[in-house]
Amino acid sequence: MQERLEEILKTYQEDEGNIISILQDIEESFGYLPEDAIEWFSERLDVPPAKFFGIATFYAQFHLKPRGENIITTCCGTACHVKGSERLISSLMRELQIPTGEDTTEDRKFTVERVNCVGACSIAPVVIINKEVYGKMTADRLMKEIRRLK
Amino acid sequence: MLTLTIDGRQIEVKEGSTVLQAAREHEIYIPTLCDDPRLEPYGGCRLCLVQIEGVPRPVTACTTPVSEGMKVETTNEYIEGLRRTVVELILSDHPNDCMVCEKAGDCTLQELAYFYGLRENRFRGERRQYAKRDANPFIERDMEKCILCGKCVRVCEEVQGVSAIEIAYRGFNAKVCPPFEKDLDCEFCGQCVSVCPTGALMGKLSLGKGRQKDIKKVDTVCPYCGCGCNLTLHVARNEVIRVSSSPETLNEGWLCVKGRFGFKFISSPERLNTPLIRKNGRFEEVSWQEALDHVAERLGGIRDRYGPDAIAGLSSARCTNEENYLFQKFFRAAVGTNNVDHCARY
Amino acid sequence: MENSTILIKVCMGTGGIAAGGTEVISAFEKELQAEGISAAVEKHCSVHKVGCRGFCARDVLVDVLIDGEKTTYEYIKPDMVSRIVKEHILQGEAVQEWVVKDDYRTFHEKQRKVVLSDCGEVDPEDIGSYMERGGYDALRKVLTSMTPEETIEVIKSSGLRGRGGAGFPTGLKWEFARRAPGDTKYLICNADEGDPGAFMDRSIIEGNPHSVIEGMVIGAFSMGAHRGYVYIRAEYPLAVERLRLALEQARKKGLLGEHIAGTEFSFDIKIKLGAGAFVCGEETALIASIEGKRGMPRAKPPFPAQKGLWGKPTVINNVETLANIPYIVRNGAGWFAQFGTERSKGTKVFALTGKIKNSGLIEVPLGIRLHEIVHDIGGGIEGDRKLKAVQTGGPSGGCIPAEMIEIPVDYESLAEAGSIVGSGGMVVMDETDCMVNIAKYFLEFTQAESCGKCVPCRIGTKRLLEILTRITDGRGRPGDIELLESLSNDVRAASLCGLGQTAPNPVLSTLRYFKAEYEAHVHEKRCPAGVCKNLLTYTILEEFCTGCTMCARVCPANAIVGERKTPHRIIQDICIKCGACFETCKFKAIKKG
Ligand SMILES: Cc1cc2nc3c(=O)[nH]c(=O)nc-3n(C[C@H](O)[C@H](O)[C@H](O)COP(=O)(O)O)c2cc1C
Ligand code: SF4
Ligand code: SF4
Ligand code: SF4
Repeated sequence: MQERLEEILKTYQEDEGNIISILQDIEESFGYLPEDAIEWFSERLDVPPAKFFGIATFYAQFHLKPRGENIITTCCGTACHVKGSERLISSLMRELQIPTGEDTTEDRKFTVERVNCVGACSIAPVVIINKEVYGKMTADRLMKEIRRLK
Repeated sequence: MLTLTIDGRQIEVKEGSTVLQAAREHEIYIPTLCDDPRLEPYGGCRLCLVQIEGVPRPVTACTTPVSEGMKVETTNEYIEGLRRTVVELILSDHPNDCMVCEKAGDCTLQELAYFYGLRENRFRGERRQYAKRDANPFIERDMEKCILCGKCVRVCEEVQGVSAIEIAYRGFNAKVCPPFEKDLDCEFCGQCVSVCPTGALMGKLSLGKGRQKDIKKVDTVCPYCGCGCNLTLHVARNEVIRVSSSPETLNEGWLCVKGRFGFKFISSPERLNTPLIRKNGRFEEVSWQEALDHVAERLGGIRDRYGPDAIAGLSSARCTNEENYLFQKFFRAAVGTNNVDHCARY
Repeated sequence: MENSTILIKVCMGTGGIAAGGTEVISAFEKELQAEGISAAVEKHCSVHKVGCRGFCARDVLVDVLIDGEKTTYEYIKPDMVSRIVKEHILQGEAVQEWVVKDDYRTFHEKQRKVVLSDCGEVDPEDIGSYMERGGYDALRKVLTSMTPEETIEVIKSSGLRGRGGAGFPTGLKWEFARRAPGDTKYLICNADEGDPGAFMDRSIIEGNPHSVIEGMVIGAFSMGAHRGYVYIRAEYPLAVERLRLALEQARKKGLLGEHIAGTEFSFDIKIKLGAGAFVCGEETALIASIEGKRGMPRAKPPFPAQKGLWGKPTVINNVETLANIPYIVRNGAGWFAQFGTERSKGTKVFALTGKIKNSGLIEVPLGIRLHEIVHDIGGGIEGDRKLKAVQTGGPSGGCIPAEMIEIPVDYESLAEAGSIVGSGGMVVMDETDCMVNIAKYFLEFTQAESCGKCVPCRIGTKRLLEILTRITDGRGRPGDIELLESLSNDVRAASLCGLGQTAPNPVLSTLRYFKAEYEAHVHEKRCPAGVCKNLLTYTILEEFCTGCTMCARVCPANAIVGERKTPHRIIQDICIKCGACFETCKFKAIKKG
């Protein structure tokens, strides 16, 4: 971890970064924001950790807890909503047995997320599975993909 | 100077003032919750909305700079209606337990609710519920009562330079908290407590010690250091239960942890009330006269026997300039030594 | 077809890629090689990636140009490529059954492409292909033969207004910043595009990033900025990648950086990634975010043009606004002003989606009738159902009811009707859409995106949503409709920033045109459109049920029981009212009501 953090610090210094870009790099490297990493940066940069925490909890992109191996993101834009994205989410939660209020399966294999419009409205409803965009998704096809990943 | 009209009154104010400052200078009342003249304007509570001729929507007086010939209306049915809705919305997400709230009687929110006669609430709905769990020794944080005026955050950053707390999360879930929602661990200067308009931040030492109406206020000067910050002691049943400081003082109302929370010694049973002299290996209470005579006699004795340089004086930062002056004078002139020093040098 | 020039263009926007564009490209490359025309491939035929051409619903779209003669195919899959190569490219016979139909033509006929004129034509990953079509000519012209003041004058007289939502005249904005004292000034391109249902900015950057860069450099020259930022959503990875590449290429060609095009003028652009907060589209919040802070707006004045990024004069322009600039400079203010109406000049890109046959990205002259968009370009309502309303402006906008379909689409007319042009989202709704539910959907969005700084928005939108939720859940109380209206008006008036000020618009506009629907929910506990779950029951009509078991298989809650070939039954206590059975049943045996 240490090494990676040093690298992030270096890009920050060379590239006029800011707290947000640091957090983005941490999130990208570890999949979430480990508390240690934030403390480390807070000390190195002499920026109070409260600032990091305030920013980390403001932006939807950041996660304070580790997430699943597979990330399934459902677009909840207007077009996807009109075309039934909610239904896709409820069948996902059921299939993966994720309790309400949570977003990750117990074994940390899957995380189900919502995202505000990804701007692919013409192929609504859109689901992104591990960064790959699937358009005109149906519950059936989605379940097939999930079972494949299991 | 600029001339503008507020509620039909023509007034003159300095260029660069805000509408709120202009109104206050001329004792025109505009309600606020998030404003503090000592902090950067915030514009969050929306209570100071006013109407300005030629501006289509109401604007906040605290953030709007005055301009020549501006015509401002600070109150009318429409504006008061908006303010009323704002207070009602705040109350719809508030415990409203004034009956047991420490702040009752000194709470801006309570005053506003009274002013707008808000008994019923049209917007009753989900309320934030937080566990009160903070083991720090000085500050009780009841975030359900927080109205997110951001004053504590601003004072901690702008005045104290600490940023121990920050607004975290967003929207309805926004919450003032230390990093990772841990217990507060900071300088405990209590500036945040002093600016909080509600009962969200209270001094732990004062909890349950007395209602606002039973308090006698005594103005004094902080004994801890030579800065001499002005204090107001809040006294209930002959006990100091809280210390505050008015923004109109030299120290602008700001204190440090010692001045604000270090008052327990006043009524401590361990506190010395009379001088003590060790006689036969035991401390005995004596009168001031006896004690001073004893000191004078011993100092004189040592000087005569070993010379003045056998004596050294060490003074304290808790003394005033005048006291410190006297102290060194005493040592140099009366005792006759240059061995004087001060704790602040170490 | 030995000596012809063959060009194949494959749509590679996010939509195209999702539909398999990459595979189609490699299939073409493979097939062409396999057919032994590899030499010809290298010499005459290249497979191009092009950005979105608007009609994503038909992806993958492929243009085959033989000696400039274009044939467009729709819905192309990799396994169809070999037949196209064999019949069309080798023998010159287009595969008629896959060629786009008439509606593809009508989709394009009423459009006027300015900003999008090169999208879908140029290769977004190759600066040369933009330059061949006149790209960066405008920049050269400005830098070598015009003063900043003259440039501002051109933009002012073109009548271009901001495409990001507020519609503020762009030339005027530049002029304010030009006149603001100080040497350090900034130009920011707002590519945060957070409105759900809007994707024009994404498509412009994916399809023709250089037009945005060129627009920015011209803007920077006009206002006197030497440093610019593009604030772009991290949710748009492809757009970010193409923009990054485009910036690099522009720098290499000397069109960005020090001494642009050999002149004294220097300007460079940095990309800043958004981190997922809609409110950061608001100017002051965006500035806070670029400064690395929580994206909370602050009161204006001071306006960014006076005190913006790091306290310096700053102009923030939308992607589409900036992408218009090169075309205006190239063709003249008068040319641009010929499109549109008296006060709304030029064209506007809309993202036409929802229950419409031809959904996609369209560019139309402002002032076009809504009717023309829905029926001529959009091809009418999906499933030939009845149009109910068109939502414009996303969560800050409102609904235009079907009766007002003749309304001209421009800033003033839409505002009068209680909606806005906004960033250009346009969602078509039919009789199966519930307007109360739509209002609730948008409120859910704004409520979740509220930054929490000011009371009316932080608590007010929450309360509005609670009222809407109970209405759609069948728990509406008498007086709720009045309460909604009065709270909406207060939130609108008292909120700090544009988010809170416009958040109640979807409620107010649906209340204005569809009050009866609200009343049905509150007083009769009925959802006329059959959308609100708690007000619905699904039942199986025994006389139509064949016992095919399809419904039981799709039911996610296992609420449907019955033996094969005998009528099935829905256990109401378990049913979660998702409607999956209703959509699956081939025998219309399921009743919703
Ligand atoms: C909540 C909110 C979100 C916004 N989101 C965007 C956005 O995503 N993209 C955009 O260009 N403008 C957005 N705007 C408008 C911008 O604040 C600003 O007016 C615009 O970028 C100015 O550019 P223009 O003059 O070229 O339109 C938003 C405004 C608000 C209040
Ligand atoms: S006590 Fe002082 S240092 Fe601690 S949070 Fe309050 S203002 Fe900040
Ligand atoms: S704790 Fe008090 S001062 Fe701080 S934001 Fe809440 S109400 Fe304001
Ligand atoms: S209107 Fe909403 S988003 Fe804007 S400042 Fe207020 S709380 Fe934040």
